[in-house]
Amino acid sequence: MELFGLYNYWVFAIILMTGFYAVIAKGNLIKKLIGLSIFQSAVFLLYISMDKVDGGTAPIIQKGVIDQVYSNPLPQVLILTAIVVGISTTALGLAIVVRIKESYGTIEEHEIQELERNS
Amino acid sequence: MMEIVVDVLSWTLLATGGAFVFIGGLGALRLPNFYTRMHAASLTDTMGTILILVGIMLQGGLSLATVKLVAILGFLLLTGPTASYALANAALLSGLKPEVPQLKRRD
Amino acid sequence: MVILFAVFLLTLLVFTAVAIIRTTNLFVAVMLSGIFSLLMAANFFILDAADVALTEAAVGAGITTVLFLGALALTVEREQTVPDGRWVSISVVVLTTLVLIYATFDKPRLGDPDAPVHQHVAPWYLGQTPELIDIPNVVTAVLASFRGYDTLGEVFVVFTACIGVLFVLGARQENSQSLATPPISNTHGLRHHLIPRVVGRLLIPFIVLFGLYVQFHGEYGPGGGFQAGAIIATAMILSALLEGEAQALRAVPRSTLLGLIVVGPLLYGAVGLAGIILGGNFLDYSVLAQSSVSGQQLGILLIEAGVGMTVCGALLLIFHAFASREKL
Repeated sequence: MELFGLYNYWVFAIILMTGFYAVIAKGNLIKKLIGLSIFQSAVFLLYISMDKVDGGTAPIIQKGVIDQVYSNPLPQVLILTAIVVGISTTALGLAIVVRIKESYGTIEEHEIQELERNS
Repeated sequence: MMEIVVDVLSWTLLATGGAFVFIGGLGALRLPNFYTRMHAASLTDTMGTILILVGIMLQGGLSLATVKLVAILGFLLLTGPTASYALANAALLSGLKPEVPQLKRRD
Repeated sequence: MVILFAVFLLTLLVFTAVAIIRTTNLFVAVMLSGIFSLLMAANFFILDAADVALTEAAVGAGITTVLFLGALALTVEREQTVPDGRWVSISVVVLTTLVLIYATFDKPRLGDPDAPVHQHVAPWYLGQTPELIDIPNVVTAVLASFRGYDTLGEVFVVFTACIGVLFVLGARQENSQSLATPPISNTHGLRHHLIPRVVGRLLIPFIVLFGLYVQFHGEYGPGGGFQAGAIIATAMILSALLEGEAQALRAVPRSTLLGLIVVGPLLYGAVGLAGIILGGNFLDYSVLAQSSVSGQQLGILLIEAGVGMTVCGALLLIFHAFASREKL
């Protein structure tokens, strides 16, 4: 099925650009951070889609079963690390947003630029 | 013979569980206000969960997978209704009043 | 049949992502992003990535939602619409999507066993793990032993993010009252809600037990340090929500958490240095015990413990930094 063979990658492209649209077009800082985390999840989907092999199972070697096809473990290792790093950067970004709210009184981008221009 | 009976039973349970989940979702969309919608959504927490998991347990037979499924069923039954309760309580405490039908006075 | 299921879940992902972007209520957006993470975890499981699905469910659907809600409580709840400039963004986004979809036609189809990614390194890992390390879970073997240096860097990234959050949010607020702990009243946390408290107290020991199970069974099934740290942190966050912030800080004080995030990377680095002292390379576990295979298993056990401690301590410290800050 040629069409369904590439469906994962099309969904990846759509979700990637949806998250990217939130980062560039929305003014609220927390909405931008949510869009950034959607962007990261789309990249994870791309990597994990690459690791599937036809007829494979999760790469946990079962004793006594020979001729078992296993899926590729390498992208899973990369994405495991990437998920935890993603949440670390999101947490740091949220801390900075909280401090911006306390300093400027607002977290809308155009209002912050107004305050910066007028001060 | 026994396998056919177990298979048919498990398929019936799975299908009925799926029907309950669908009804719960339909109710969560179409009912008028918050409390009635939550009542419909909690249907998937209880009836849908029990029927689907018992259906899968029948497929598993007597094995370690069935024991794990029993544990999962226990935890879901414990936490699902608690979540619905916490949601309804939060809504009531923050001021959302349930609509009570006005009783007409017969004077 | 599985193809239909997979296509359905992927389509649900697209709808959820579009709904997150279009809503203006930030609370709704955060809840929908929790659902998005759970759907992503289901997709990972269909694509045979069991470890990654567990991590995404525990970290994405659990911890990220709590952190976003903590930040929302300290800032606004709705966003304002930007007055102009949307059509330029939409056209750029649509153009890039079309270019990306055009580029995907060169990729091998999903599941092709002759794809270049399955040719060189992966069969070597799958073949050598039973001989060199002899644990069933190949992902843990690659993560902890073959690519252990990357995991060391990642532990330091989590540590740095935690220190960063503590610096940014630990700054003293200008008009806060004295920092003495307030008396425990009946309105802290959910203390006057009976049912969540009883059920929560019943469940917290089991959640911690499950976290420890996931930690030590990371070599035999899906699991490992990251997932275990996130699950144990979830149990502590549940107790902080139920009993109130001050009570939770009394149960697991900040000094314990700071100790955890310091001991984690130190343990990892110490295992690496022990490899040098005993005659091998940095992070070479084969020299840690009598035989090379049991040395590898001992090394993996120790560094997974280090990773679990770091992740648990970091997530809890970040949560407490958000939760104990008063809204100005």
